[in-house]
Amino acid sequence: MPDATGLELTAAELQEAFPSSILGTEFHRGRAALLADAGKAHDVLERLRVMGYTFLASLLGVDYYPEEPRLGVLYELLDFKRVDRISVKARVPTDEPLIASVVDIWAGANFPEREVYDMFGVVFEGHPDLRRILMPEDYEGFPQRRDFPVGGEPVLFTFNEEKSYGKWQ
Amino acid sequence: MSDGTTSQRERSDYRKREESVTLSSEPVAVEETHELMTLNIGPHHPATHGVLRLLATLEGEVVRDVQPIVGYVHTGIEKTAEDKSYWKVIPVIERMDYLSYYFNAMAFCGAVETLLGLEVPPRAQYLRVIHLELNRIMSHLFWLATGALDLGAVSMFWYALRERERILDLFEMSSGQRMHTRYIQVGGVIEDIPRGFAAKLREFLKIMPPRADQYADLLEKNQILLQRLRGTGVTDQQTLLELGVTGPLLRATGNPWDLRKAAPYSSYDHFEFKIPVGTVGDNYDRFRVRHAELYESVKILEQALEGLPEGPFITPDRKVALPPRHELATSMEALIHHFKLVTEGFRVPPGEAYYPVEGPRGELGCFVRSDGSAKPARVHMRDPSFSNLQAFAPMVRDGYIADLIATVAMLDPILGGIDR
Repeated sequence: MPDATGLELTAAELQEAFPSSILGTEFHRGRAALLADAGKAHDVLERLRVMGYTFLASLLGVDYYPEEPRLGVLYELLDFKRVDRISVKARVPTDEPLIASVVDIWAGANFPEREVYDMFGVVFEGHPDLRRILMPEDYEGFPQRRDFPVGGEPVLFTFNEEKSYGKWQ
Repeated sequence: MSDGTTSQRERSDYRKREESVTLSSEPVAVEETHELMTLNIGPHHPATHGVLRLLATLEGEVVRDVQPIVGYVHTGIEKTAEDKSYWKVIPVIERMDYLSYYFNAMAFCGAVETLLGLEVPPRAQYLRVIHLELNRIMSHLFWLATGALDLGAVSMFWYALRERERILDLFEMSSGQRMHTRYIQVGGVIEDIPRGFAAKLREFLKIMPPRADQYADLLEKNQILLQRLRGTGVTDQQTLLELGVTGPLLRATGNPWDLRKAAPYSSYDHFEFKIPVGTVGDNYDRFRVRHAELYESVKILEQALEGLPEGPFITPDRKVALPPRHELATSMEALIHHFKLVTEGFRVPPGEAYYPVEGPRGELGCFVRSDGSAKPARVHMRDPSFSNLQAFAPMVRDGYIADLIATVAMLDPILGGIDR
């Protein structure tokens, strides 16, 4: 983990390269995080990769309901040489959940981005194959959002299977 | 049978494409001399280690492309976890990757402990290491058993599962359950190891290395196995890093990245062990790396058992851990703590934490977001199988379909972890 000073230096460097790209920093329990502007997250991540954070350890979605903008896309980056981790957090609103895909930077972002799309409805622009991955492809709704109830998925019985989303005849 | 009312529904693109996949496998001519055939493998196929479905595009016997399709055992555990208090999340999260339950619990508890700023007592850290490493051996044994079974070495299945039973007996001794033990708790472990556990573990540690030698003797001199593993599924290190692959698959290409050494957690820096690495990154290297890890885990276990410190096995913080049973009869305060913990659970200060551990298949990281209540606002597991599966297509492309089965076996995907 970079220390609090190192995080501020990284943030300042990114801010200089891409004006108004960093909205803030978080340093909590020894974990460093950059709050990035969703429109410039791609540039920030590309630069962080050049700065040594070469490995995308995890990519996940978070619903910050009731805060606005609601949906968060979080990137956990790892620097193998310095054994250093940093997270980048970007937020998008639910009415326009658009963010640039990072598959061109890390090919391994493919499945995780599909998962975030599947569960939260965040659309990754430039993703080569943005389909649902865990839910059936013609499923409607985004189950990991906080306003999607637990038990929102009806249990399939014989009497209601005709009404199921998977049935077309 | 359509009665008019239900046939109104439009077929989605997905359904149309699914219908276009025929099981009769008619070849499609690309040129006069080339034909491509789409072959559906799975989701129910023993060699896919779970409900993994593969759509393979074949040219003769050569795999030109393969598309893994997952989600058949998606159970929404991450969603369920948001509806449970922190300590009740542990049993559901253990069921994600069902062969590495201690690791799932460790990653989750580690993330919650980070948010709480909680110190884990040394004895609890050692007890965690003992169970984590036993789990690693158990997981690798199961991989060896089923992997060798796929490659035709049927007897390996019984030999490896025989040793796995011993480990499950140990788990049963320490926690009461053989699988999904709920042993690791926030702040420590649920119970100290019982009398007789250490002796039984020593017995197992004495038996395990010679048994691993026997496996090597059985498999290393087996020409069929060697020919199926050597030089198949080769992928270079850079491709794997781009695809987010960690664990034995990455180490098989010669990269000694292991979180236990690189960023030690839970007192792993107290132990001496080596990180086995491969050279070329083919299926044989993957097999050798995992096999060598059996010996290293035994070494860690011996040291952990030898140096097991005295002291409490769970944090003395009564706001997080249950008070000992005998205190309930004498202390009103203990009774209140017990009641609060069992009914509401403990509250975690707001924040977000990502806690990675080295699982048997690679980096297993748990992300937990707390909003200050007694239930997590978000739990996400970065499961190594999910990321590693992305490297499957580059591994098998332009190889024979028989090698595809060998590569699935050596990839060791756990579908419970992929689909969560």
